Amino acid sequence: MAKTDIGPPSYKNFLPPVIQKNYGKWSYHEIVKPGVLKHVGESGDELYSVRAGSPRLISTDHIREICEIADKFCNGYLRFTSRHNIEFLLSDKTKVDPLLAELKSKQYPVGGTGHSVTNIVHTQGWVHCHTPATDASGPVKAVMDELHQYFTSMTLPSQVRIALACCLNMCGAVHCSDIAILGIHRTIPKVDHNRVPNVCEIPTTVASCPTGAIRPDPKNKSVTINEDKCMYCGNCYTVCPALPLADGENDGISIWVGGKVSNARSAPMFSKLAIPFLPNNPPRWPETVAAVKKIVETYAKHARKHERVGEWIERVGWERFFRLTGIEFTDKHIDDFTMAPSTYRTTTQFKWG
Amino acid sequence: MAKSETPLLDELEKGEWPSFVKDLKQAAAKKPMAKDLMRQLELSYKDKIGHWKHGGIVGVKGYGGGVIGRYSDRPDLFPGVEHFHTMRVNHPTGWFYTTDALRKVCDIWDQYGSGLTNMHGSTGDIILLGTKTEFLQPCFDALSDAGFDLGGSGSALRTPSACVGPARCEWACIDSLDICYNLTMHFQDQLHRPMFPYKFKIKTSACANDCVASIARSDFSIIGTWKGKIEINQKEVQAYAASGINIREEVVDLCPTHCMAWDEGKKELKIADEDCTRCMHCINMMPKALKQGKEKGATLLIGGKAPILQGAQLSTVIVPFMKLEPPYTELKELIAKILDWWDENGKMRERVGELINRLGMRTFLRGVGLKPVPQMVKSPRTNPYVFFWPEDIKKEGK
Repeated sequence: MAKTDIGPPSYKNFLPPVIQKNYGKWSYHEIVKPGVLKHVGESGDELYSVRAGSPRLISTDHIREICEIADKFCNGYLRFTSRHNIEFLLSDKTKVDPLLAELKSKQYPVGGTGHSVTNIVHTQGWVHCHTPATDASGPVKAVMDELHQYFTSMTLPSQVRIALACCLNMCGAVHCSDIAILGIHRTIPKVDHNRVPNVCEIPTTVASCPTGAIRPDPKNKSVTINEDKCMYCGNCYTVCPALPLADGENDGISIWVGGKVSNARSAPMFSKLAIPFLPNNPPRWPETVAAVKKIVETYAKHARKHERVGEWIERVGWERFFRLTGIEFTDKHIDDFTMAPSTYRTTTQFKWG
Repeated sequence: MAKSETPLLDELEKGEWPSFVKDLKQAAAKKPMAKDLMRQLELSYKDKIGHWKHGGIVGVKGYGGGVIGRYSDRPDLFPGVEHFHTMRVNHPTGWFYTTDALRKVCDIWDQYGSGLTNMHGSTGDIILLGTKTEFLQPCFDALSDAGFDLGGSGSALRTPSACVGPARCEWACIDSLDICYNLTMHFQDQLHRPMFPYKFKIKTSACANDCVASIARSDFSIIGTWKGKIEINQKEVQAYAASGINIREEVVDLCPTHCMAWDEGKKELKIADEDCTRCMHCINMMPKALKQGKEKGATLLIGGKAPILQGAQLSTVIVPFMKLEPPYTELKELIAKILDWWDENGKMRERVGELINRLGMRTFLRGVGLKPVPQMVKSPRTNPYVFFWPEDIKKEGK
């Protein structure tokens, strides 16, 4: 029988010699050009990292191709980033340009450094999830096709981190992104009274609801859902498979803006609702693509250098964000969940837009 | 030419960005299960809903997690994905690979699975996307022989992750890779055998730029920081100024604490370090000129999570500064105490951050033996609904 609990292979075995030698002794770095980082050690040694985009959902053939490139230029060393990019690691400066040429010939976009749009962190969507309200790979591909020039350049005021999660579970943890694309359901789970008694534990199902919308229905050995209280999070479906909530006509996408994770300058912030609903319109989600592009370009035009999307909006005010982007402000933008009053305006200071 | 079975997906082969459809087709050319995955996805693109049934318990011997059960709701149309389970494989810390190691994983997955992967999943694992129930055990055996192990799933410790840290970053205040690897190895049992109220994530970023989103995405966040003065190399500051950075506008004016001053005449930068909150902006702008203070360690925070159930939370400070050196005994003891407290008090599917909200931070701090300090809050409370401990109150007749 195979050994268990061996843990992952040690990263130490996978570090290129230049990193082993300079580990913890890096002095500074520069972005040589979009997608090319140069790190210099106290020893004077140089490490070049060439960052290339990937669709995240990749075949073993694709991985083997990446390996061939890394063998040819990087002595077989590479890494992936926390945002699904590939990083080719080289200590030989003369190989950087040939590597870039090879990547270009194989149509790998190189970029995602500095003030750019980098790869979109995303989830499984219809490819492999049981609660998705939209697809993940498809909208990401469509959006990145439109924004790829911001990946391969560094012309934005600051970095723009876009993330997509295909439902409120947010496996993609999009809640702190400059721009978040979030799949949402809008109709309540359909209770399958025939299956609930067999596949669900009633107390667990009732307890799973954050708003207390689920009540036991002892007569049917099932549950009922209060339509006024349900906000379609799908948490009950995760514990009770007889409560499916997918709805092809009503599921769709919401857009959130202004979150960040880094502590640089301003504290980390949540993303806030910009657009409550856009339809699922496969295969290219034109409404979502247009909305994201409009927000990126409005930000690019109006923000000051180094301002993240959220910092820009905080400076100019949400009233101006809605005016500049032309996005309609609705009653859905005003919070009515548990901490709602903390987002209401408690001063007479505001702008006219 | 035969008509395409996937006209909608074919549209996504167009455009500049690398297409996942190309990868689906590569795998589909070799594997019937990948082909049926693609055909099922085409149906989803037509009717705008997913076609996966809810979970199902599958796994490998000795583990309670690491495999996500998945079954098609249309096995009649797509028999190749009747079962199509995902294996989460614990990635090498920092996502470093040699091509030999990656090819080994590819060989195994070509033999036992769909040939499709995510590099990587949201928590950091290598995601081996889709295989049949009967291949799970042999696939795991082969992975184990190749030196790989499964990651976490369900109500367990999830695969910890870390930023690139001292392997390639001059800003690393802690050895994020070693800490992450060490914790992963120390908590193997909690990772593979779900026994908690709900999931628990640990992420380590070596500085406040937080490249693994630890403050947003982990129940227990470890973020590198320092004490002491930022070292200034005035010559290098001047070189940045000469290279086109406007020191006053781009560095000094953007400092959130206004603790910096730039003397345009003398070309001299000053920092009032006692007011600095170590946000990293000035250091990000001028890595060659500014070095963090000498005493390095980490700020520890708790409770970060996505919305389910009570709403999203950012992690909050519980230990302003801890020195972190191997074997990280103090850190491991604190994590163990937190896990115990949560395990004892948490309801099913209650993340530790939500448990703290329910029982109160003071109860948590007492439970795990931490002393309250002002760094934990933005401000003291504004309401008068204060609880006192029994020992705070004078008893009658005493």
